[in-house]
Amino acid sequence: MSSMQFGIFSVSDITQDPTTGRTPTEHERIKGWIAMAKKAEEVGLDVFAAGEHHNPPFFSSSPTTTLGYIAAQTERLILSTATTLITTNDPVKIAEDFAMLQHLADGRVDLTLGRGNTGPVYPWFGKDIRDGIELAIEHYALLHQLWHEPVVNWQGKHRTPLTGYTSTPAPLDGVAPFVWHGSIRSPQIAEQAAYYGDGFFHNNIFWNKEHTERMVRLYRSRFAHYGHGEPEEAIVGLGGQIFMKPTEREAKDRFRPFFDVAPVYGHGPSLEDFEQMTPLTVGTPEQVIEKTLAFRDYAGDYQRQLFLVDHAGLPLEEVLEQIEILGTEVVPVLRREFDRVRPAGVPDAPTHAARVAAAKEAGTQLGEQGRAWHEQGERRDLDTGAAIARQEGEVA
Amino acid sequence: MTNPRIAVVSAGLGEPSSTKLLADRLREATLAALTAHGQHAEAVDVTLRPLAQDIASHMLTHNPSEALGAAIREVIDAEAIIAVTPTFNMSYSGLFKSFFDVIEEGQLASIPTALGATGGTARHSMVMDTAMRPMFAYLKAQVVPTGVFAAAEDWGAASGLDRRIAREGQELADLMVAMPRRREADPFDESSDAFVSFEQMLGHA
Repeated sequence: MSSMQFGIFSVSDITQDPTTGRTPTEHERIKGWIAMAKKAEEVGLDVFAAGEHHNPPFFSSSPTTTLGYIAAQTERLILSTATTLITTNDPVKIAEDFAMLQHLADGRVDLTLGRGNTGPVYPWFGKDIRDGIELAIEHYALLHQLWHEPVVNWQGKHRTPLTGYTSTPAPLDGVAPFVWHGSIRSPQIAEQAAYYGDGFFHNNIFWNKEHTERMVRLYRSRFAHYGHGEPEEAIVGLGGQIFMKPTEREAKDRFRPFFDVAPVYGHGPSLEDFEQMTPLTVGTPEQVIEKTLAFRDYAGDYQRQLFLVDHAGLPLEEVLEQIEILGTEVVPVLRREFDRVRPAGVPDAPTHAARVAAAKEAGTQLGEQGRAWHEQGERRDLDTGAAIARQEGEVA
Repeated sequence: MTNPRIAVVSAGLGEPSSTKLLADRLREATLAALTAHGQHAEAVDVTLRPLAQDIASHMLTHNPSEALGAAIREVIDAEAIIAVTPTFNMSYSGLFKSFFDVIEEGQLASIPTALGATGGTARHSMVMDTAMRPMFAYLKAQVVPTGVFAAAEDWGAASGLDRRIAREGQELADLMVAMPRRREADPFDESSDAFVSFEQMLGHA
């Protein structure tokens, strides 16, 4: 794997194909995701990241289930999210689910935390959207603790307190999954990523680059402020949206009917105007390469680039073709060109193996595989038999 | 120090537009009154008609076009605004409302503001108090007491329009001098005292 990671991310929308009038079923789209992930690995991409939503027209309500299924059918692909809702999910369940996935996938797991943007989802999960930032901060503080301390005593405002709680399984090799914090325009989230020395991910789609630029700049500066290294050593990920054909005309002609009625930006500006305003590129592989290489002009040298390729009702065959072109024509050039201009001292993209090695060297590893909590002094009194006996006693 | 700038927003649809005409007159009255205060202000016209499609696109995509982005910046960076709309269905026009809808919340707080409206007859003049003032109160702008409504007939009669325009211009100039707008700190400016650090968010500082 090179110093940068490339992959695909998806919001999991189920949208009618405007050129045929056909809407895929949930089952087709879900299985389509698996095909996309396997294709991504086959053509040499590094990452598949699943979105999370809890309302139609989206299908991805359970990313760790999906990613576990993909993990079993892939060898190298890093499984990630875009994003995991740190606001409405229970941080305890996030800690457990992703540690479990991390073990099953032998460390090929990281996650991107986000707040979500659909108003009613908050009350459906018993939360208030006005608490979004506060929830992101409190919940992550707990998640971080659950992944770094064997026994957690915790109390906060938004979740029931914990006394003597051990999150299981412990992180693989005593090193928690790498965490990215995603936000389009909230300085608090850039600040949060910087404080912990975690990664910062900007979706960089649908929005003008000014948002990306100032969020990344703040994150880098604050990363240095909190003593994690130089601003250039911060870990940045970006999104992007592309559609490619051998000629720009073919790409525009084919994509325009999808663009014109797409969720999020449809019925608005022209395709050409939207390409001017946002990182969207509809054209040749060379044009995608050129526009993507220019991202570093405003984000600096960065570690991860994810592309949105399956949005707005594009049929699966077309999506797989995009992944194929990415893997064969675009990403090899991007890897070479980004590496060529990359100064020394810019860190490589995070992998589990590299993070374990770094933790060993720094003495921050929590313990060997499967024994992290034990070596850190989990409660010895709590052997299984005694626990069951006690529980039965309480019931009786 | 550079001269204070006044953004003159007019939402007239015709060409020529009586809404623009009223906006121009309010601008001249304000500049004249500021001169009497010893201040030389500049005024910049923000005419919404050519931005109509960009405003609609912004509502759909949250992305301002270059032209709309520049217009929004003129307004939020100004020291005062003069906002004039035609009256449609007993309210401001949809275009006028939409322009202010795509400006981020809080960006107009405390800005000295003069309002104007035009309409066919004086029977529409309540638009100022029933629609415009509530909206600008929500935006937390400081609105001067006089609001000029110009009916079609006012342009051809000794209706006191000149006097009302002069009074409103005077009020805006006085307000700009006496209570200039306060600007919120940029939340991305980490050198500002108002910057919220993560320790503060965690409640540790």
